[in-house]
Amino acid sequence: MSMFTEGAPIADTRAPDGPIETRWQQRRFSGKLVNPANRRRLNIIVVGTGLAGASAAATLGELGYNVKSFCYQDSPRRAHSIAAQGGINAAKNYRNDGDSIQRLFYDTVKGGDFRSRESNVYRLAEISVEIIDQCVAQGVPFAREYGGLLDTRSFGGAQVSRTFYARGQTGQQLLLGAYQALERQIRAGTVRMYPRTEMLDLVVVDGRARGVVVRNLVTGEVSTHLADAVVLATGGYGNVFYLSTNAKGCNATAIWRAHRRGAYFANPCFTQIHPTCIPVSGNYQSKLTLMSESLRNDGRVWVPVKPGDTRPPDQIPEAERDYYLERMYPSFGNLVPRDIASRAAKRVCDEGRGVGPGGLGVYLDFADAIARLGREAVAAKYGNLFEMYERITGEDPYKVPMRIYPAVHYTMGGLWVDYDLQSTIPGLYVIGEANFSDHGANRLGASALMQGLADGYFILPNTISDYLAAGPFPSIDPDHPEVKQTEQEVRDRIERLLSVNGDRTVDSFHRELGRLMWDYCGMSRNDAGLRKAIDQIRALREEYWQRVKVPGSGEGLNQALERAGRVADFFELAELMCIDALHRTESCGGHFREESQTPEGEALRDDENFSYVAAWEFTGVGRPPVLHKEALEFSYVKPTQRSYK
Amino acid sequence: MNLTLRVWRQPSASAEGRLVTYEVTDVSPDMSFLEMLDVLNERLILAGEEPIAFDHDCREGICGACGMVINGVPHGPQKATTTCQLHMRHFSDGDTITIEPWRSQAFPVIKDLVVDRSAFDRIIAAGGYISAPTGSAPEAHSIPVPKANADAAFEAAACIGCGACVAACPNGSAMLFTAAKVTHLGLLPQGQPERYTRVVDMVAAHDAEGFGGCTNTGECAAACPKGIPLETISRLNRDYLQATLRRH
Repeated sequence: MSMFTEGAPIADTRAPDGPIETRWQQRRFSGKLVNPANRRRLNIIVVGTGLAGASAAATLGELGYNVKSFCYQDSPRRAHSIAAQGGINAAKNYRNDGDSIQRLFYDTVKGGDFRSRESNVYRLAEISVEIIDQCVAQGVPFAREYGGLLDTRSFGGAQVSRTFYARGQTGQQLLLGAYQALERQIRAGTVRMYPRTEMLDLVVVDGRARGVVVRNLVTGEVSTHLADAVVLATGGYGNVFYLSTNAKGCNATAIWRAHRRGAYFANPCFTQIHPTCIPVSGNYQSKLTLMSESLRNDGRVWVPVKPGDTRPPDQIPEAERDYYLERMYPSFGNLVPRDIASRAAKRVCDEGRGVGPGGLGVYLDFADAIARLGREAVAAKYGNLFEMYERITGEDPYKVPMRIYPAVHYTMGGLWVDYDLQSTIPGLYVIGEANFSDHGANRLGASALMQGLADGYFILPNTISDYLAAGPFPSIDPDHPEVKQTEQEVRDRIERLLSVNGDRTVDSFHRELGRLMWDYCGMSRNDAGLRKAIDQIRALREEYWQRVKVPGSGEGLNQALERAGRVADFFELAELMCIDALHRTESCGGHFREESQTPEGEALRDDENFSYVAAWEFTGVGRPPVLHKEALEFSYVKPTQRSYK
Repeated sequence: MNLTLRVWRQPSASAEGRLVTYEVTDVSPDMSFLEMLDVLNERLILAGEEPIAFDHDCREGICGACGMVINGVPHGPQKATTTCQLHMRHFSDGDTITIEPWRSQAFPVIKDLVVDRSAFDRIIAAGGYISAPTGSAPEAHSIPVPKANADAAFEAAACIGCGACVAACPNGSAMLFTAAKVTHLGLLPQGQPERYTRVVDMVAAHDAEGFGGCTNTGECAAACPKGIPLETISRLNRDYLQATLRRH
């Protein structure tokens, strides 16, 4: 049986024609509006309260819609956007260093290795400017200079200084701004908040998204909420790998359930693996922690020349060290982009030259920087990161080189959306990391926060009115057969998970799945490995439903049951990721196919055959999905091969 | 190392709770405190027992979800460290560790170590924001903010809303939490128009939620994993007094 079949290409993305700088303006003018008096009769469900979800719910509430907002955490303020460290890009050109909307657009398309949609990326760059204004007005305490103006810094993939930041906690401060705006609307009565509530399915009636089935995580009650439109802002799916920099609760259930109901899933194999994370220390490890990539400005990456060299780092003489990034990429050295640095680390560890327990680590050494700048100067730049490292590892990076290793960090893939951020199910909108839209095959640093807020504050609230202008849609009886059936399916699934009563824990399966994905669909992928992974995922999925042990009942708080449902969905998504990676025989961005590389071992794109978005249609568990191609056209940025030699 | 845990177990909000003793063996010093509990939970599940419920999410000290009273101290023995960032190397072989939920009238226990902190959200909803509807913002550089104010505002804004301040306070007061937000927004020019209504409304919400009054014992700031300074409470008191005077 073939792995997949091919269906009709996607003909229309609803992006306006004409000069790229006028398209967003055109779209806003051509979209229908809803008059203020009618808005309160329209119900919108927003799932997820990260940057995209909280900003969307708050803004829709301000506009006067009737909004219900859901999150699985105990408070909307805890969504994982809170953990973003670095910053947020915006084309303000406050530095007068040659930045512009055009340049941010160009950097983002190029950084994404020419696998994103030009119209969307241009709009993102345009809106970036408004985001900073909005956040400052809300009281986000961005870093400032002595004159009182906003400070910026540089990030990877750019030659200008356009990254706004709030120390190492930019995500936290932006999220608190959106959360406070959301709380203000909750108080005003336009938004009703449902914390500790998890979406378990999407209700589709007469071809439109009309609601969600949720489980109250405290009481265990399963119920349906109906609406005129549903917005998913539920984040990425990096936790399919078990170990990632995501929060423990991050999951793909909302988008996967929507996919099963008809929403196409785009580019699922595009995952970003961040090169500088603290390595795994034991098999009890529950998550991985990122160390900001700014460390590579002064730290030197090396491993021993000889495989299996277990001497402590200070006993390895200079001549027996391999500063492999400096050797392989003399012009960029330790500052090559994320995908390149990650692959190089994997390569030296595969050669048996990795350091630390298990040999999965490389040194990031500050000895030269300390000798050159002094300990104090290094502490002023990186002190908080050094402390964090010491807290986790118990080692002092001023004395012993840090050990780092790549880890899964972000997923560029997600539900397919058109220019309006609407999925292939009418009335279902997808925003933030949950959609696939703007980052192509590789996201640049400080662009995730920009996209989440662009979608939530500015794009969705404008585009959704065009859809809602046709509403309110016919009211749905809670006893409607579609509603009853969806709710029953959710209950049956919970019952099924509880009734297996096997002899393996959910986490033991999740770990095994994660290991498979990391080995075969991680930093480096090949045909044989991916086929093997697909077979093993299917077998493990079978075993899951025979042997998983979920204690307790569906009534009341049951954290093992919550995890069991999420892992069941990861099993299905994992298979699609591997099929997508298998079908895309080119390398691009974070997707490296060993069969497609330059003689020097770099990623080799195949624009002739793969300049498209792969949007997958669900046909059943274990059944071949249908591939729909959205052709990518580049009229403003000419695709070129990236080089960092 | 081998440890003895005494863990608060309470099946539901209405049920009675008690401390249950567990022996855990082969604990690695590199484990985080929560990973040590994960390992115990895996064992409990396979033995057919209910695992210990506890809140957690990011496990990097920023989301504020985790929090337990460890040997009588919120977030345990390490200064400025959330429970998820506490590692077992700070304990010794043979230790007995007592683990309890946050104790406060305003934070009712949901199950085991999980408590309901939604009162914090309602304090924010009462006024912990600057009214700036989307689209209404002026150009970001039109109002410069002195660096010292921006830095002090940031320091207060670093609060993660974990509730350790409440758990540490002998009065069960959430004044440090409330004051952190009043300080953050009150130091910025954008926060001035609502400065005095904000403090009055937030304090009223704080009291209505059943948090106790502040008597300046300072336990809150000592327990805070993010180092929110006690001075924020002085600032709140000053703003509150001024707000009261303005009303008359």
